[in-house]
Amino acid sequence: MNALYSLLFVFLLVLIPLFGVDAAHLRSIFGVCIPMTAFIIFLVGFIYKVITWARSAVPFRIPTTGGQFKSFDPVLFPQNKLDCPQTGAQTFFRMVLEVFAFRSLFRNTAVSLHENNGPVVAYKSSKWLWLFAITFHYSFFIVALRHLRLFLEPIPFFVHGLEFVDGILQIGAPTMYLTDAGLVLGVLLLLGRRLINPRINYISYASDFFPLFLILAVALSGIYMRYYAKVDIMAIKELTMGLVTFHYHVPDAITAPFFVHVFLVSVLMAYFPFSKLMHMPGVFLSPTRNMPNDTRAKHHVNPWNDPKIMAHAYADYEKEFGVPMAEAGLPLDNPENGVPHDEADA
Amino acid sequence: MSNIPKADELFKSIDYTPPVTGWMETPVDFSPGHWCYPAKPEKIEYMESKLPGLWGPARQWLPSDADWKLPPNWKETVVNGFRERLKKFRTLQLFMDICVRCGACADKCHYFIGSGDPKNMPVLRAELMRSVYRGEFTLAGKILSKLTGSRVMEEHVLKEWFIYFYQCTQCRRCSLFCPYGIDTAEMTMMARELMHLVGLNTNWIMEPVSNCNITGNHLGIQPHAFKDIVDFMVDDIEEVTGRRVKAPLNEKGHEILFITPSGDVFADPGIYTFMGYLLLFDYLDLDYTMSTYASEGGNFGSFTNNEVMKKLNAKMYAEANRLGCKWILGGECGHMWRVVHQYMDTMNGDTQGPQMTTPKSPITGTVFDTAAATKMLHIVEFTADLIKHGKLNLDPSRNDHLRVTFHDSCNPARGMGLLDEPRYVLKHVCNHFFEMPPQTTREQTFCCAGGSGLNTDEIMEIRLRGGLPRGNALRYVQEKHGVNLMACICAIDRATLIPLADYWAPGVTISGTHELVANALVLEEGEVRKMDMRQEPLPGVEDEDDDWTPPNMEEA
Repeated sequence: MNALYSLLFVFLLVLIPLFGVDAAHLRSIFGVCIPMTAFIIFLVGFIYKVITWARSAVPFRIPTTGGQFKSFDPVLFPQNKLDCPQTGAQTFFRMVLEVFAFRSLFRNTAVSLHENNGPVVAYKSSKWLWLFAITFHYSFFIVALRHLRLFLEPIPFFVHGLEFVDGILQIGAPTMYLTDAGLVLGVLLLLGRRLINPRINYISYASDFFPLFLILAVALSGIYMRYYAKVDIMAIKELTMGLVTFHYHVPDAITAPFFVHVFLVSVLMAYFPFSKLMHMPGVFLSPTRNMPNDTRAKHHVNPWNDPKIMAHAYADYEKEFGVPMAEAGLPLDNPENGVPHDEADA
Repeated sequence: MSNIPKADELFKSIDYTPPVTGWMETPVDFSPGHWCYPAKPEKIEYMESKLPGLWGPARQWLPSDADWKLPPNWKETVVNGFRERLKKFRTLQLFMDICVRCGACADKCHYFIGSGDPKNMPVLRAELMRSVYRGEFTLAGKILSKLTGSRVMEEHVLKEWFIYFYQCTQCRRCSLFCPYGIDTAEMTMMARELMHLVGLNTNWIMEPVSNCNITGNHLGIQPHAFKDIVDFMVDDIEEVTGRRVKAPLNEKGHEILFITPSGDVFADPGIYTFMGYLLLFDYLDLDYTMSTYASEGGNFGSFTNNEVMKKLNAKMYAEANRLGCKWILGGECGHMWRVVHQYMDTMNGDTQGPQMTTPKSPITGTVFDTAAATKMLHIVEFTADLIKHGKLNLDPSRNDHLRVTFHDSCNPARGMGLLDEPRYVLKHVCNHFFEMPPQTTREQTFCCAGGSGLNTDEIMEIRLRGGLPRGNALRYVQEKHGVNLMACICAIDRATLIPLADYWAPGVTISGTHELVANALVLEEGEVRKMDMRQEPLPGVEDEDDDWTPPNMEEA
């Protein structure tokens, strides 16, 4: 049901610009106002959330250690520098691998139960999720980078480079980009997993399906524009350059597919800061990953440490147990504590 | 334990198919066996007198009752406490926001593997809190409650927290596999702090906490009784080795303060590990003392709230200062070392006296810079360094009747990184050492299912289910290599792994690492031992003429 709601909602989102542009003639609303508003919401919401996180204190240094720590003898007991970093540089590399290679996900295993002369719990490496996630994220990332050609003049060299590599197979005209296929495939795989795997389906909300359908719709509308509708790219660049230089203008040559694409992207941008998609900046701040495992060697300050919380005083302890302590021959700081009360009273 | 099914039947009952009802609609079972007994009112009253405002009303109640006698303003207290902690703990704030429910953590939790209950998937355990976070604190959650999996704080939600946040052992295995490092242990700690505010607690945690504050240890052993027990162990050591060891208590002017979990003073088989420490220290003529006031290495405060954790931990430095010790040596314990490694210096480092210095082994001269801030060294590090320098005369053949594997405790593994030192020590004190499968050891180790204050008998079936992954890995090496002993470096393990092994891998016994060190330690040239630390005869010595005994002929 959650998946169905999300799908229907995305269909509705597609209809809005179609109706708005064709029937209501709101071309500058959909070409300029909505994208700019969405971008501002994205920017402000994104920054606000990151600041909220950053302002929350980090009282304790609690990295999850994934390997041998730095020992008193690093030769005898070699440190696992990537999974149990102890310096800033080692932590940096752990983060790089986490962010760019999804290292923790690569570790994934799947459990299964068997009976073979008694119970057997088996674990096997399970890298599908990692593969799906890598396909999806890198495709999306490169697709987004390629779009820079619409917002920059002259077009930076790396964008040309990306386009060249991405289109290296030279299939069709215009040349098919691998990442276009990768993005659609990645979304479908992640979606399929969420629909088919009963456990994952059980934990999925509408808010888990919606971004997948939305991104799928963004990708398909983009593909439609490029390969089928073959929209006027010069007119689009005129509009997008207008957006970044604040000279808003919607050329007449721009047609409905573009408005659909831009509207869906706008929804994605506006939705982003309020959703789980914030895992993108969040991963950089994760305290179990971005801190070195060095609290036994270096002092870490808890900003809200309460110095008033102190140990139950030894003096009180000795007062309470002094008599039996003296009888047992345990040394006392204050010998008076060792005198039985009835004698002391006498 | 009588109504617990046999291992094979229990295993067959595990079903990973989710229920037909959504998780928010699936009712929670509050029947006995699903929860730990609440704290006795006097324990809460005592804690309230020491740390006011953190405990809610002290009262008699049971989770199987319909009315949990919550205070009238409980909802406000929990929601405000939640808001406050979002600002105090970045982990909580971030982990509430960034989970994508990818499910990588789902089958990493031992309680899920053994029960199939979807709320034991770390993702859903955390959703119990996240749903409330979204419903109470986020705009999207308030508007689109169902679609975003949001709900507001209600009594049945709080009750569900009580069941499931006392079904997490804070072992952090899920956090290792999470692509964002989301750590359920953090959320469990926060949920428990919030529940304490309105008087939801368990006696198995709060009695040790209040005992520890009063007597210095969880078990409430008073100083004279502590001395009696230690003296008793000194007698036993003499019985085994012929050597009368010294066991200094509360003495001033020694270099080292030794602190170990009190479980090792009290119960079989921890006592043999404790005897191992005493024997080793005497052999080295180590300049050390123990303390009855700081006679607890463990810290059940870390299963309660950060305030108690700090208060109980503060005794360690306070006692080192009073006795004039330069550094602290810590015994084998799991959560104790999580606290010492990741919290102690931050919480109480500023109370270290000027006499304290970076630990330096008086025997080898090694300076342990890795402990420069806490001034506290793990006994396994200390012993590994001794072995490396050839300072111990070891006869591993005295452990030849044992075929040994090693259980990494969650906390030293994933909250510290102490993995190779215990293996190094074990391989030097026994000849037959075998590893369990790699998906169940080192950083991927499985919990004993009794950590974080859940090592109580009233939830034995839950513990045994959670013990399946460890128990099954143990059974694997038992069948493959004839393993008959699982060593560990944790006092809770030494208590909890026994029923676990009896259930899933009968015939395997449990020991601490320093028990095996003591067995192998040759006190003087030509020393002959007739029995091990448990006073069980060593194979081959009953009959002097029989010069060969087949290995592994009898149960340890």
